Amino acid sequence: MQATNILLMIIGLGIFAFYLGRGRSLALAAPLGGIRKLHSLPSYYGYHAALWCAMPPLILLALWMMFDEPLINSIVISSVADELAPTSAASYNLLLNKISNLADGILSQKGQSPALIAAADHMASLQRISRWALTSLMLCLSLLGLLWGWSRVAAGFRARPVVERVMQNLLLACACLAIFTTVGIVLSVLFESIQFFRSVPVGDFVFGLDWSPQTAIREDQVGSSGSFGAVPLFVGTLLVSAVAMFVAVPVGLMSAIYLAEYANKKVRAFAKPALEVLAGIPTVVYGFFAALTVAPYLRDLGAGFGLSVSSESALAAGVVMGVMIIPFISSLADDVITAVPQSMRDGSLAMGATQSETVRNVIIPAALPGIVGGVMLAVSRAIGETMIVVMAAGLAAKLTANPLDSVTTVTVQIVTLLTGDQEFDSPKTLAAFALGLMLFTVTLLLNIFALHIVKKYREQYE
Amino acid sequence: MDNLDKIKHSLTKRNRAEKRFRWYGRLAIAIGLAAVIVLFTDIIGKGHGAFRITYIELDVHYDQDLIGVSNLTDPSQLADGNWDAVPKSALREKFSDVSSRRDKRRLYGLLSNGAGFDLKDRLLANPLLLGETETIWILADDDIDTYYKSWLDGEPYAARLSDKQVAWIDQLHQEGKIRLQFNSNLFTRGDSREPEQAGIRGAIMGSLLTLILTMLLSFPIGVSAAIYLEEFAPKNRWTDFIEVNINNLAAVPSIIFGLLGLAIFINFFHVPRSVPIVGGLVLTLMTLPTIIITSRAAIKSVPPSIREAALGMGASKYQMVMHHVLPLGLPGMLTGAIIGMAQALGETAPLLMIGMVAFIVDIPAGFSDPATVLPVQIFLWADSPERAFIEKTSAAIMVLLSFLIVMNTTAVWLRKRLERRW
Repeated sequence: MQATNILLMIIGLGIFAFYLGRGRSLALAAPLGGIRKLHSLPSYYGYHAALWCAMPPLILLALWMMFDEPLINSIVISSVADELAPTSAASYNLLLNKISNLADGILSQKGQSPALIAAADHMASLQRISRWALTSLMLCLSLLGLLWGWSRVAAGFRARPVVERVMQNLLLACACLAIFTTVGIVLSVLFESIQFFRSVPVGDFVFGLDWSPQTAIREDQVGSSGSFGAVPLFVGTLLVSAVAMFVAVPVGLMSAIYLAEYANKKVRAFAKPALEVLAGIPTVVYGFFAALTVAPYLRDLGAGFGLSVSSESALAAGVVMGVMIIPFISSLADDVITAVPQSMRDGSLAMGATQSETVRNVIIPAALPGIVGGVMLAVSRAIGETMIVVMAAGLAAKLTANPLDSVTTVTVQIVTLLTGDQEFDSPKTLAAFALGLMLFTVTLLLNIFALHIVKKYREQYE
Repeated sequence: MDNLDKIKHSLTKRNRAEKRFRWYGRLAIAIGLAAVIVLFTDIIGKGHGAFRITYIELDVHYDQDLIGVSNLTDPSQLADGNWDAVPKSALREKFSDVSSRRDKRRLYGLLSNGAGFDLKDRLLANPLLLGETETIWILADDDIDTYYKSWLDGEPYAARLSDKQVAWIDQLHQEGKIRLQFNSNLFTRGDSREPEQAGIRGAIMGSLLTLILTMLLSFPIGVSAAIYLEEFAPKNRWTDFIEVNINNLAAVPSIIFGLLGLAIFINFFHVPRSVPIVGGLVLTLMTLPTIIITSRAAIKSVPPSIREAALGMGASKYQMVMHHVLPLGLPGMLTGAIIGMAQALGETAPLLMIGMVAFIVDIPAGFSDPATVLPVQIFLWADSPERAFIEKTSAAIMVLLSFLIVMNTTAVWLRKRLERRW
């Protein structure tokens, strides 16, 4: 709450600085013969003052928020009484949590040792000092900036280039956020995965055939050794994706061909948006549909033929996922097919080929790289799809290629391992990040490769 | 002659192949459209019933001694009051021949177990009712609701009811004392373990708060990034790298963004779990690529002549962008932003990772209150074993889909309305 108030105050000061700077430039310009004697428009002097007033305190705020907590923590821990001094990383975190909960008043002080209470008081007082120091420092910086910006206003001062350079750097920072996000993803999954691979060897994880992540609470418990062989998960993921592709590729490709080559304007105007509706439906809705409608239907259908279909079959999840991906493939394929130059069609038709022969022998080969790229993007989407499989596929890791059986996937396991209460550094939780790392790497490679192909292809006909 | 025959023969074959090919295309489109129709009819067929719910009419006596409350302004009396006794005694009066303990318990099972608290709220709103008797409609239990609806449809589902309960419902129906009413609870209450009391108000508020934050963050940042990349970026490796990153992020599975949120926002920056702030941050990162890509397309569509005219009049590059390119590209950017928001509204997986799956009864009022969102609520209800939740889930899906349809049609309408052809 306090941070919001400071923020609002700084913004208010910034607006004030804008009018002050602008006013001063106007006042300076009047005796010289109007604003045309100034280097920049008056509002630029205002922006200049406002930037000086608001930017330094905001930067300070960001730095402060990043560093004050670890600093306070380390001061408190280093000054804590000897009998409490932490011995390991785990006890360090436990102690820190306890002290900060005491300091925030979440934990009652009753029954705690005096040393702990003293540490908590120490922390609370440090936090108070930090808050006051921050507020007063920010105010000082803001006022100093305001003064500086105001004093710089002069007829010859080049305010516009300065302001524009700052704004451009802000725009650049926004664009770089994409890079920070990627870096953040890589770091967050990588760090946890490295920790995981310390307790479970990489080879066991990537090539192991047994997945049962239940680790024991006691040493002597039955089945205490959790095993983290991820092959059944990879197989399950591939199985579900394969079923999805089996549905989506023919249907999506054929509808794209029909819409691009055969359909008249009216049909196209109706069918294209109608198919796109499928792309706009949230995946949780598909999951519900798969679990409650498609899976029971397939089970009953299978029973009619004397087949035993699991009620959490890979088939149900895969078929519904395929339906979800149809518009994705059809719109990508539509794009590449319409990008094939008309002259190639005309040439083929002039040689006496029928329309379908033209499509099969000229257009598809010409559009193939683009179509392959699109299918690869679709595969990466199927691999990373979560909600449909969480709701419709099973939890038990089975090594099977039978689509009527129940399988589990990488995404399902990430969700099951991370929802609920676990301690953060148990191998069970860390395994989810290792799976995330695999998922990210595979989809990233698929995407880079596919985007590269699509781009190459586009350049070919442009 | 021989050759001509061959050609004729192959021609019919080729024409047949041509026809077949066309039919394959028609079939593919038919499959796609059939999927849309089946999906919508299935959801609407399952969910339409949830908008009405069963109520039972009873003569309720607000007996002071029974409740144990004499003064309605005393909070300790209110907290200790035996509110459940009111509907129970009303039921006993109505069916006075019920005597055994087991039958009584079955009888009480006719009404929702929140009925006592509903009557308490009613009494607090109208304090004059204390000691009086009135005839009102009281919410029935979810099993009764399921049975009564299926019975009205002609295929009674009585698996969870006893014969006596069925007979009582029959009697009530004969007397016209049981009926379906509009289910206002669905839109005014938060989540509950009892299907008849569960509502989506909390989830809708959570979604709204999360989306507001996402919009406030991702639109300005996305547009700024797009402006930089289209108008200012020099052609160099760094720019290429940014572009590759954006294109890849658009295709990264959404669950990975959840892992990012969990590791960075929650474990590193100690933002509390389950709050709209984390949800908004994660969804911002997720929707940014979409918004950047559509905004860039919108900026590209502004013709270069406008830029040249602005520069020719002596505007600086920055002025040209801010005064001309940005206002002209804004409709396209808004369309992209709405589509990005629709995507964020339907997203579930990353929010599961950051703890927005908690069971939360209270309706969130601010960005730092624990909340859940509509798609996660759907996921939670879909997992619940009670039969009545299937109906509820479908109804929540209908609400979610109608929000999405409204957003997407607005986007299409905006594009048609504001699009300029140069």
